Order: sequence, then C-alpha cells, then structure tokens
Amino acid sequence: MTPERTDIAVRCQGLVKRYADVTAVNGLDLEVRRGECFGLLGPNGAGKTTTIEILEGLTEADAGEVEILGTSWSRDAMALRERLGISLQETQLTEKLTVAETVRLFRSFYREGREPDEVLSRLALDEKRDSRVGKLSGGQKQRLAVACALVGDPEVLFLDEPTTGLDPQSRLQLWQIVMDFRAQGGTVLLTTHYMDEAERLCDRVAIVDRGKVIALGTPPDLISSLHAANVIEFASEPEIDEATLRALPGVTEPHKRGPNWSLPVGSLAETVPVLLDQIERSGGKLVNLSTHRATLEDLFVSLTGRALREG
Amino acid sequence: MSSRRYSPLFELTSTRMKEFLREPEALFWVFAFPMLLAIALGLAFRAKGPDQIPVGVVAVSEADPAAGRAMDALKRAPGLLPRRFAPTEGREALRTGRISLLVEAGPPAVFHFDETRPDSRVARLEAEDALQRAGGRRDVMAVRAEKVTAKGSRYIDFLIPGLLGMNLMGTGIWSLAFSVTTARSRRILKRLVATPMHRSQYLLAQILGRLVFLVPEVAVLVGVGWLLFGVEVRGSILLLLVTCLLGAMSFCGMGLLIASRATTVEGASGLANLVLMPMWILSGVFFSSERFPDVVQPIIKALPLTALNQALRGIMTEGRGLAGVAPQLAILAAWGLTSFAVALKIFRWR
Repeated sequence: MTPERTDIAVRCQGLVKRYADVTAVNGLDLEVRRGECFGLLGPNGAGKTTTIEILEGLTEADAGEVEILGTSWSRDAMALRERLGISLQETQLTEKLTVAETVRLFRSFYREGREPDEVLSRLALDEKRDSRVGKLSGGQKQRLAVACALVGDPEVLFLDEPTTGLDPQSRLQLWQIVMDFRAQGGTVLLTTHYMDEAERLCDRVAIVDRGKVIALGTPPDLISSLHAANVIEFASEPEIDEATLRALPGVTEPHKRGPNWSLPVGSLAETVPVLLDQIERSGGKLVNLSTHRATLEDLFVSLTGRALREG
Repeated sequence: MSSRRYSPLFELTSTRMKEFLREPEALFWVFAFPMLLAIALGLAFRAKGPDQIPVGVVAVSEADPAAGRAMDALKRAPGLLPRRFAPTEGREALRTGRISLLVEAGPPAVFHFDETRPDSRVARLEAEDALQRAGGRRDVMAVRAEKVTAKGSRYIDFLIPGLLGMNLMGTGIWSLAFSVTTARSRRILKRLVATPMHRSQYLLAQILGRLVFLVPEVAVLVGVGWLLFGVEVRGSILLLLVTCLLGAMSFCGMGLLIASRATTVEGASGLANLVLMPMWILSGVFFSSERFPDVVQPIIKALPLTALNQALRGIMTEGRGLAGVAPQLAILAAWGLTSFAVALKIFRWR
C-alpha cells in the first residue's frame, strides 16, 4: 500500500440514504482537506448524523461514494479504523468502569496510540481517573468520549454534536481540545447545530438542510454572501407589511421570526433611522428593536426561511 | 506516542469482570442465592428418621370407648401419629391435609382418605394392620425387616447437583444476554465497532469474563453441600469441572443467541425467561423429571439443563465416569455449538 499523497482527508459524492419514511441524506457532496476543521452545520434532522456515520463506516449508504484518507471502507476497514478517532452522538460508556479503565480499554484496540495517562491529563480528566463513568458530569463524559477517540492517535477526528447540552464552560474546554488537536496537524470533521460553534471552531463550514449541502465556505465568506453585515430585529404595533419593508433602503430579504421581523442590512446607519421614521409616520409604535452583526444563523434563515433551532 | 502492547482480549475480559464484580445484585444471584436455597431446602427435607404420618380418630364424645381402643391400637403403630377429633373437625382436618387419614372405630371400621396421596395409602395400610392385630389377628408367617440407608439417596443429594445445573444455566444466560443487550441499547457496541477492535475478541471476552467465575461458583455449592450436609462427589472432580465448563459454555451460547438481536434489556429478559422457565420445571432441578408422562420424555431428555443435571447427578451421586455421561455431554455440546453458530450469524452490532 502506498502512502496517500492526497490533500483530501474525507471526500464523498452523491451520498443518498433513505429510511422507510424519510430520505435522510439526499445527494450530498463533501470534501474535507487535511489539517482543517470542517463543520457540518444544520438543524436537527438535517441528515448530519447519518452523513457522518456513513463517513465513519458505521452506516451503509444507498448510493454515493466515500473516500477516507485516500482509501475506502470496502478496501481495508480495519487499517482505516486505526487512523480515525470517533465520538458518536450521545455515546454512553459503561457506567461501572472508571475513567482510566475506559481509556485503557480503548487504547488496547489500537496498534499505535497515546499513553492513556497523557490523554487524560491533556483533557483535564486526571483528577477523575478513578471515578466511575456513571458519576461524571455531562462535560466530563463528553471529554471522556473525546479521550477515547484521541487515545488511538488518529489522523482524522469525527465529532458528532460534541457540545450539545453542555454548559458554557464545558463547551469552551471542548473547543480548546479540538483547536489543540488541529494545531498539531489533525483533521476534524464535526457536526453541530450551534452557529457560534461553527463560526469559532471551523475553518470551513457546510450548511446542511434536508440532506443536502446548501452553502459551503469559510464562516466569513458565508456571512459576507448575505450581502449584509448587520441584522436589525424589531417588532412594532401595528405590524408593518413585507412590501413596505422591502421598499426601505438597504433592505433586501426581510424574514419573519416569531413576532419579530429580521432585516439583514448593509449599514445600520442607513436603515435604522428610515425604519423608525416609517413606523412613526404610519402612526404605529415600536415594541422592541435590536441589532447584531450577521451570523451563520442569519445566513441559514435567509437560505431556508427557518431558524436553526426550529429544525 | 506509545506502542506498548495492550492486549485487547485481556482488557475486554478484565473490564467485563470488573463490571460484574461491581454489581452487588449479580453477585448475590450467582453466589449467595443458590447457597441459601441449598441450605433452606436441605434443612426442610433433612433426613430425621422415618416420618410419622398424622392420622385422626373420630370420637363422638370425650369417653367414646371404641375411639379410645382405636387410639391405643394406633399409638402402638410406629409410623402413625394419631389424634382424636370430633366428627366435623376430623373431616375438616382431612380435607385441609393436616391429617392423612381419618378413622371411624366402628365396627365396622371406616377409613377416610384420599387415594391419590401416597402417605394416605401407607397410613391406611398401617392403621388397618394395627387395628386388626388389636382385634386378635395373628401373622401366618414370620418376616424380618432389614433397614438400609444408601448414601446419596437423600433429597439433598438429589438437590445439590440440580441447583448447580440451574445456577450454571441462569448465570450463563443472564450474564451474556444482559451485558450484550445493555451494551447495544446504550450504543456501546456501535462505539466499539468504530474502533479497530476485533469483534470475535469482544464476544470471546464476554464468555471468558463469565467463565472466570465458574470455579468459585461450583466450589460454593459443592462446598456447602459437602460441609453442611455431607453430600459427596463420588466421581472425578475433574470430570465434574469439565461438565460444568461445558454446561456453562453451552448456556453462554444460548445467552448470546438471546442477545444477538435484542435492542432493549426488557426484550432480552423476556426471551431469557422464556428459555429458563420451562427448564426450571421440566429438567429435574427440584424433583425428578421422570415424573412427567412418557410421551414428553424424549423432549425433556433433549433439553440442555436435563442433560446437564443428569450428568452432574451421574458424576456426584453415582460416581459415573466419562463414558457414563458421554450422551449428556454430547447433548450439551450440540446445544452450545448450534446456539453460537446461529448467534454469530444473526448478531447485530448496532
């Protein structure tokens, strides 16, 4: 076997996966380069987990091709597994075992790997090494899951929803672990439905909706594709209709989000005074108004008309 | 980086053992429960000389002379324990099983008893004999009774091998079915399959993790039987252990088969009970399986627990050698191999 010279760590083309009542993945293409942190961002049910599990060789696709580190699951799955680290969504490890025993067990499966103790201290779990898995907090459990993925010294790390349900401090800790791994030349493919996670952590992001990639790029490129650096959110009484909003300067794609209107705009200074003036002239009153810099969330809303959290 | 060798089979087996040892309930069921059961049943059915059968004599009044004479006659019968009853009380006592026979002194003497109860039939014969002798009957020929107490013929001698077989079955089936199904339902299996772990090593470790406890498990039961009740192993200890090992392996195979597709622990428990229950009753744990009708005997004899119990009794109480238990061992091996083969074929890793 010749060492792969390719710069592509993970590639898939035309992935399709159908379940009895739903098409989870519907013609999905991806390319993850070596050494980058790549994020699959999308709402729950977008097909992220199915996609990553197909790439991990755990689920069989109905159609499409998968290439991992220049080889494929049908060629030599075991050799490939030696080179990957995987953390599944909500893995529950054996509760009666201790942290150290669990990591040691996972270490034993790999021919080459890191010392369990080193991984534990790297992941700030050394104080917990003799605690039972069942007694860990959510953040500690998630770090342990990542420890089990890292102990085989992988080239590619797959993380499915690594920070879902974690408190802010645990999320930051986990982000740091991912950034360290990448800084040492590792490749990361993660799924998330947190846009801030994708923006902070990922070099490139694919926005996934209904089993397809609907946008792809670096977070800044994706946000600038909105052609609006800022977003105004407001509510007024009586409500202003969409046509009136579209007529305002700088407003292109107004979206209704709950009781609020969301207006991506190029310049706040240009649009906000005109908007306030419009509300006053029509005899209404402003209920609330806020502005923020445009995010991936706003891009998702503008692409799908739905919020990420709504699914 | 390290390339120090860690043995996956060793790690899988030792983590499986630790998991088990950290489950106090499981320890109770495997070690303490069969021991307590053996002690309780051993005490309840201990040999304490021939039992006296309680019988009743109907007395119409305190000073019923016929009843008094009958009482005196029955008291001389060594196997009977007579008591007086008023007529209605006597029938009530017979109906509820407090006495095995109710006698009306007569004449003519009347015996009330349930013909399906062996103790009642014995009591009737003995009571009639006592009354006839008291009435003046003479024996026409001389007889001499020679009493024998054969070793290994007590109930506890029958029970200990049965409990051992039952325990090997329960532990084998539960430990495999439970741990594998739990691992699947918690998606641990899926996580393991995502590593370069060899699947056969996982399954082997499950079996090894169970077999490690085989020796203490057998030692506890056989030890209790020997120390407390003097139940001896008349055959070879080695053959006994080999038989236990084969039995345990066979039931591990069945446990694995139960766990091969079950996705919930409840589902696996239901299946396990479906397998265990009939054998508890049919396979001669607490009473001989010979009591079931002849037509079902071939089926009962083909059950793995029946084969195991027969082999264990053959070795422990009859002192049989390998040739004597070979057919039973063959049945066990067939069950084990078939279960493993099917389980591996249909096993679901996700």
